[in-house]
Amino acid sequence: MAKRSKSQLPKRRFSLDTWLLRHAQTALSALGRLWRTPINTLMTTMVIGIALALPSSLHLLIGNMRVLSDAWEGSASVSLFLAESVDEAQAKAVRARIIQRPDVVEARLISRGHALEEFRRLSGFGGAIDLLDHNPLPAVVVVRPHQRIQGAAAVKRMADTLQTYREIDLAQVDLQWVQRLSAITRMIERGVWVLAVLLAVAVLLIVGNTIRLEVQNRRSEIEIVTLVGGTDAFIRRPFLYEGLWYGALGATLGLLLVLVSLYLLNGPVRALAGLYESTFALSMIDLKGLLGLLIGGPLLGLAGAWLAVGRHLARTRPA
Amino acid sequence: MIQFDNVAKRYPNGHEGLAVVDLHVAPGEMAFVTGHSGAGKSTLLKLIGLFERSTRGQVWVNGRNLNKLKQRDIPYHRREVGMIFQDHRLLPDRTVFDNIALPLVVTGMRRAETGRRVRAALDKVSLLKKEKVFPITLSGGEQQRVGIARALVSKPPVLLADEPTGNLDPDLSREIMELFLQFNQVGVTLLIATHDLGLVDHLGRRIITLQQGRVADDSQRTT
Repeated sequence: MAKRSKSQLPKRRFSLDTWLLRHAQTALSALGRLWRTPINTLMTTMVIGIALALPSSLHLLIGNMRVLSDAWEGSASVSLFLAESVDEAQAKAVRARIIQRPDVVEARLISRGHALEEFRRLSGFGGAIDLLDHNPLPAVVVVRPHQRIQGAAAVKRMADTLQTYREIDLAQVDLQWVQRLSAITRMIERGVWVLAVLLAVAVLLIVGNTIRLEVQNRRSEIEIVTLVGGTDAFIRRPFLYEGLWYGALGATLGLLLVLVSLYLLNGPVRALAGLYESTFALSMIDLKGLLGLLIGGPLLGLAGAWLAVGRHLARTRPA
Repeated sequence: MIQFDNVAKRYPNGHEGLAVVDLHVAPGEMAFVTGHSGAGKSTLLKLIGLFERSTRGQVWVNGRNLNKLKQRDIPYHRREVGMIFQDHRLLPDRTVFDNIALPLVVTGMRRAETGRRVRAALDKVSLLKKEKVFPITLSGGEQQRVGIARALVSKPPVLLADEPTGNLDPDLSREIMELFLQFNQVGVTLLIATHDLGLVDHLGRRIITLQQGRVADDSQRTT
């Protein structure tokens, strides 16, 4: 007998149409297996769906919060309190100079008289003011910065420049709470990422465990396929498709959950925004989030199935 | 076709499957392996199908050194070695046809060609009319013939059988042996493990007797 240490093994290459047909058949029969155990499939799918919906909706909420706080930061105005010595005419001149600046869109003068009137009308301390022999309120120029002055820091820098004017006593940017909001948003955002990673791992494990049970149920089938020369890829394929289906169904359900909760939230949010004289409405899930959910879900399912079958295959290797 | 050079197999739990075996089965030969249970019959067959690897020595099958075969090439090796078991190892939830087609399905063969070859295999074991039934409805002898059809459907040059008649009465056993003799006539190399010496003694074939993991006797019987 001729001995060949590297004898050629006959490895049949599939023709493309046969290969595609086999994949389609495997994918369909995997879906069919899920269909035949509807309760199990539904429960697993729902767990995956909820696990995927949670970080997605939080991410969406954060996105909305950011839109909101950015809008507020952008709409920040700077109040310039003029020195008490500045009279009406000088105040008008200061306002005229300020509006010339390229970084200023609007400058509105509230004269001392106006300020007093407003104070009397709104504060409820009108009587107390009348006791004073002179008007204690300074004139104010309210400045709206140009759109390219973005963010709290830029507005603050602009305020600092304006403060160097001789006539201006104090330039105040009332932005601190907006800054705090955006800091909180950033913090929650980080938290959402951590949560998303944890829940992605959870989805991986859920699918992995489900497929592991399926592998257990079909152990004898796997063994026989091994006996007759089925490759690892052939054995793996039906389980990978099952994992893929679980991921896809879970992602679809997750998307549905996100959309429903958005719909439920949007009414109250609009009502709340209306109270603040804003037309703000929750924005829908964006394309990136949509693709992330619909591609990430199936991929997680696939990876979970791969891990589960891989473990089984590794255990059955000849030693 | 099959060659064992100084082969030993010790299992991880310390059990000695084969102590030391030198063996050569020529192409087209039909040989029986006998011995008490635990003598190493099953280990011998598992080494040939690469379900176990030898701890020492070299195993050659069809000119290929199995010790050097990579993990990912094992399935392709097994396609050249048909295996038959005492308990048939059929899939209960698939028809006779689908069971027999399995070795062809894993190679990605086209459906028409698969059907043709499955029916040819069914014809050889005289079960043509049973292709649509499930194995559970068949008798033990018929199930074993389905197992045999599955082993030969891909026309492997080597057939291994591990106690193929272990669960069958003498008449059915003789039927199965008759089938094996037919396959051998068309050039298939067969290695059959059995403890039923009465059944095989008069067939005039080589009988290898294993004892405690060694070849105790290796002789050509004459009718």
